[in-house]
Amino acid sequence: MREISFQKALEEAVAEEMRRDPRVILLATDFTGDPIKEFGPARVRFTPISEAVLTGMGLGAAGSGFRPIVNWRMVTFSFVAMDQIVNQASKIRYMFGGQADFPVTYRCSTGGGIGLAAQHSQSPYSMWMHLAGLKIILPSTPADAKGLLKSAIRDNNPVVSFECSRLATATGPVPDGDHLVPLGVAEVKRAGTDVTIVGLAYYVPEALAVAEELAQEGISIEVVDPRTLVPLDVETLRASVRKTGRVVIVDEAPATCSAASEIAALIAEDPETFRCLKASVRRVCALPVPVPYSPTLERAALPNREDIKAAVYEVLKESLRPL
Amino acid sequence: MALDKPQVVQMLRTMILIREFDERAIQLRVAGKIYGAVHPYVGQEAIAVGVCSNLTVSDRVTSTHRGHGHCIAKGADIRRMMAELFGRVDGYCKGKGGSMHIADFAVGMLGANGIVGGGLPIACGAALAAQLEGKGDVTVCFFGDGAAAEGEFHEALNIASVWKLPIVFVCENNQYAANNAVAVQHPGVDIAAHAGAYHMPGVIVDGNDVLEVHTATGEAVVRARRGDGPSLLECKTYRWHFHAMRNTPPAETRASDEILSWKARDPIARLEQHGLERGVLSAAEIGTIRERVKSDLEAAVAFAEQSPFPDPKDLLVDMFAD
Repeated sequence: MREISFQKALEEAVAEEMRRDPRVILLATDFTGDPIKEFGPARVRFTPISEAVLTGMGLGAAGSGFRPIVNWRMVTFSFVAMDQIVNQASKIRYMFGGQADFPVTYRCSTGGGIGLAAQHSQSPYSMWMHLAGLKIILPSTPADAKGLLKSAIRDNNPVVSFECSRLATATGPVPDGDHLVPLGVAEVKRAGTDVTIVGLAYYVPEALAVAEELAQEGISIEVVDPRTLVPLDVETLRASVRKTGRVVIVDEAPATCSAASEIAALIAEDPETFRCLKASVRRVCALPVPVPYSPTLERAALPNREDIKAAVYEVLKESLRPL
Repeated sequence: MALDKPQVVQMLRTMILIREFDERAIQLRVAGKIYGAVHPYVGQEAIAVGVCSNLTVSDRVTSTHRGHGHCIAKGADIRRMMAELFGRVDGYCKGKGGSMHIADFAVGMLGANGIVGGGLPIACGAALAAQLEGKGDVTVCFFGDGAAAEGEFHEALNIASVWKLPIVFVCENNQYAANNAVAVQHPGVDIAAHAGAYHMPGVIVDGNDVLEVHTATGEAVVRARRGDGPSLLECKTYRWHFHAMRNTPPAETRASDEILSWKARDPIARLEQHGLERGVLSAAEIGTIRERVKSDLEAAVAFAEQSPFPDPKDLLVDMFAD
């Protein structure tokens, strides 16, 4: 299998879908690669820096028969398009009684860890999860990035693709051909029996690295990647926790009202899964602070492998303690 | 511009239907038969009708919170509109949208919008679709004077002009954004003045004169269809009633002489007079039109009342497409 970068996998996904379906169009303030060369200036639009209008144009064009891909670039830029995301995109199908489909894909880079400071480092997927009406993908490998983005472009709903900045240059095997990953299907990236680590985006490979280290100590970690936050494959997550009895959820968004919180709640509120817990549910998240610039501060704000390991030891220790 | 008799009859009938629909909606709200908010379009009928009389079914429009007139003028079915106001399952949105979210995609009505300025970007997307399709379709974006203070207005005009989108921006300047007069919201009261900054024609018309609105829109639509890009049309008008009604109609805060002077420019009376003077309408025909509107509205209310409420088990249906 070919090894390509996360970024290259995403570019391939867009190009393949544009070749497959002439209704796929691109709107963005800038592009990686040169899609205009292959697809022409009618379908590939350099836009003014006008996120609100781009976001709404995606909806208007989608409701009129096209399949736009709108690239906000950094997710934090999308905040100036809040009306179009919150009041329009997430509600437009439902409030019109399902009269039309809105197959638009919003792409953005997400997360910190690369020295871009507070306004360019955020992971706000839970804000979008909260809206009820948007699908959300969050890949952690090049193969998933390609397969999920292709599925998102083919999906008949607004889908937000969160693309982790720290993973952009990560490489990995990607299957040849029309590689699709269905939305709403989590994947067990590593099987184990002692502790489940649910990782999001960058923290999937980090969790796998931790699992490898802890295997030397005889600790068997199962790493589960939800891959899609809406719809969330909660059954796969619960099944893993029922098997291991312990769970650590790792993400770089602050824990307050986060995707990690939602996953924790969905695990804990299922009676059968709850009864299998041998320790309380742990979240390993960023501190609730705007992401700072200085590398020492940024490192302190975001979770790291030591934090994940510490949480694993905690849940193991807690489960040995008599009640 | 001299219209032929069927055009005048059609315009008059649609204007009367729009007015009577909203007067009826107010009565129904007072009587507690319908729910939520009503934003009457009474007084502004010449704009929806004058604009939409230039459009075909494949042309698209976006609307505002005051959207009943645009729906009717674009060809929506008043029975399904009324059922939506009643929150019934036969409404356009199966009772999920209500007055502020009526849409009929089958006739190119892409939806009323509860957010001031929210429809402008969506309209640009519909216009982009039309440009890519290359069939000569246009999009009309209705918005109020209040929306001109929103960022989305400026983003929309800018990108539409840069890309020469086939779109007509129609500002219904009814002198008030919610309850605040246009003069306290904008440094100049002419919204059309913004057109120059975006290198597009900006035209001010008497929004109470359906023929003038029809003619000015016609020119903007032709320009859009031939690929020359957007226009901004500002229609000066006045809403006869309140901004929004949630239970009883709110107290009037506007000067009575201001209201009276605008009512003296009633767009429906003016079209009737025009038709009578030109001999294309008779008093008897006008009476027949009014009777017909009345009976159509009775039928729409009856249809709505007979339609069942949606079943709560369908609450989650329509959120996501398959």
